[in-house]
Amino acid sequence: MPLLEVQDIVIRFGGVTAVAGVSFEVAERQICGLIGPNGAGKTTTFNCISGIYRPNSGRIVFAGQEITGLPRHRMTGLGIGRTFQNLALFRSMTVRENVLAGAHSSGRTGFVASAFALPQVRREAAQASRRADELLALLNLERVADAPVTALPFGWQKRVEMARALISQPKLLLLDEPAGGLNHGEVDDLAGLLVDIRRNFDLSILLVEHHMSLVMRVSDKVAVLDFGKKIADGTPEQVRADPAVITAYLGAGDGHAHAA
Amino acid sequence: MSVSKGLPADAAIAAIPLPAAATPAWQRIALVLLGLAAAIAPIFVLESFHLFQLTMAVIMALAVLGLNIVTGYNGQISLGHGAFFAVGAYCTAILMSHFDWSFWPTLPISAAVCAGLGYGVGFPALRLAGHYLALTTFSLAVAVPQILKHKSIEDWTGGVQGLFLVKPDAPFGLPLSSDQWMYLVAVIVAGACFLLVWNLIRSRIGRALMATRDHATAAEAMGMDIGSLKTKAFALSAMITGIAGSLSAVAIEFVAPDSFSFGVSITLFVGMVVGGVASILGSLFGGLFVLFVPNIAEAISKAAPGVIYGVILILFLFLLPDGFAGLLRRIAAKLRGRG
Repeated sequence: MPLLEVQDIVIRFGGVTAVAGVSFEVAERQICGLIGPNGAGKTTTFNCISGIYRPNSGRIVFAGQEITGLPRHRMTGLGIGRTFQNLALFRSMTVRENVLAGAHSSGRTGFVASAFALPQVRREAAQASRRADELLALLNLERVADAPVTALPFGWQKRVEMARALISQPKLLLLDEPAGGLNHGEVDDLAGLLVDIRRNFDLSILLVEHHMSLVMRVSDKVAVLDFGKKIADGTPEQVRADPAVITAYLGAGDGHAHAA
Repeated sequence: MSVSKGLPADAAIAAIPLPAAATPAWQRIALVLLGLAAAIAPIFVLESFHLFQLTMAVIMALAVLGLNIVTGYNGQISLGHGAFFAVGAYCTAILMSHFDWSFWPTLPISAAVCAGLGYGVGFPALRLAGHYLALTTFSLAVAVPQILKHKSIEDWTGGVQGLFLVKPDAPFGLPLSSDQWMYLVAVIVAGACFLLVWNLIRSRIGRALMATRDHATAAEAMGMDIGSLKTKAFALSAMITGIAGSLSAVAIEFVAPDSFSFGVSITLFVGMVVGGVASILGSLFGGLFVLFVPNIAEAISKAAPGVIYGVILILFLFLLPDGFAGLLRRIAAKLRGRG
């Protein structure tokens, strides 16, 4: 059984059909790239899976459970973590506090228990703090752990987001253009990081990305969208050679596979 | 595990100053003892009127703390917290003057009533943001004094005349005057609330409140139920400001609608900003400011205290843009840097 099944989802905004019946699957421990030209519906599909939009029709099934239209805050608890295209960090907090905020869904204590600092609260806090330390070390953020997150350069802030998503121990990690705004060296590091994360955390990754060489390098499988429809689906090699993909990226009649 | 291999040792990172080591335990204990001494000393030092003023400052600090939870930490602007202050005061006044209750048992009642009211206000607040929320809560502050005067509940509230009540005497034959005991009551109640809020803000809930304020979409993606957090923050905030209202009723020994004009809401807001938005200790300074600065202004100019108050306020905002709390943080950072 695949970890994530997107079944024929349709999303309309007013009269515009942004996604017109897209289906694909992400298997356990798979890195799946979701690509397509601008306006192809990638981000809309992505937002549908993370619960920001509700599809007009179609179903999204995660680990055997239908999650279509579930409230957004339920997603992390089910095992779906995400990062954002344009950083969405908690700007008043330090690096460590940001990462700890990611552990929210693994806590159960509420207002009253927290105000009285009951033993259970201390236990949860100690547990979260231990996991945060591990992730900070893993992502090389130890030295800046107690610095305000806004003091970090862009590429480092992206790593903080990654740590914040990983601390909830997701089974599926949704990454929205993780390479956006990174320089060449940083993209290389990111590729290594993604492969390492998949191995160490035993999770699947769905990657929406413009950076074609990154997608082709790390993905086990690539789904290509164009005008709200899936036009190809397969290994990076298959997709790279697919005439429909070449046409989508370069326009009809131009045969060079620059898309790859 | 070697996920971090090959990450660049970014030169820019070297420029980020390392945070200072945490304050040693003995210093913290010394600070707490110093604080306790400072809280208790006025009983023996100040005469009755000044002790009463300080009691009111502690009460205002507690009310500002309440506002700080919802506006400072959770980012929901409220210009209506005077309403919760009034409701808390009237709960205590009605129970004490009509039903002959003693003061202490009225506290949980007024806390519960204000929490319920705050929870109720929290729901429309979910659909409103920024200026709209500010104006909606403001209308509550404008409405409450008139509701309190209304004929239909005059038998309970005493209408325009208000209600009189009497300060509790010191229990167990403690050799304290009722003013001294009242100060101690305010310090104990406020101290307990400050401690509980301190714990809360440092917990996963406190982090969630701030995360919701900083970036709501990201907060939801972290599994935070924004609706629940915001309404509960409103309830807690209203409850604490209401408890402050209860204390004020019994400290002044009188409640009347005109003591709870919308000016109270603005006063609390001023206290929060001057003390420091999203700062617990700042709330304490905010309370002292809103109580004593008008008096100072009046001592400087009997004719135009409002002008003096305005000038002092602007000076404060200009010199301390992040409030007293920001000043304390800077001083602490300097001391640590030197040590």
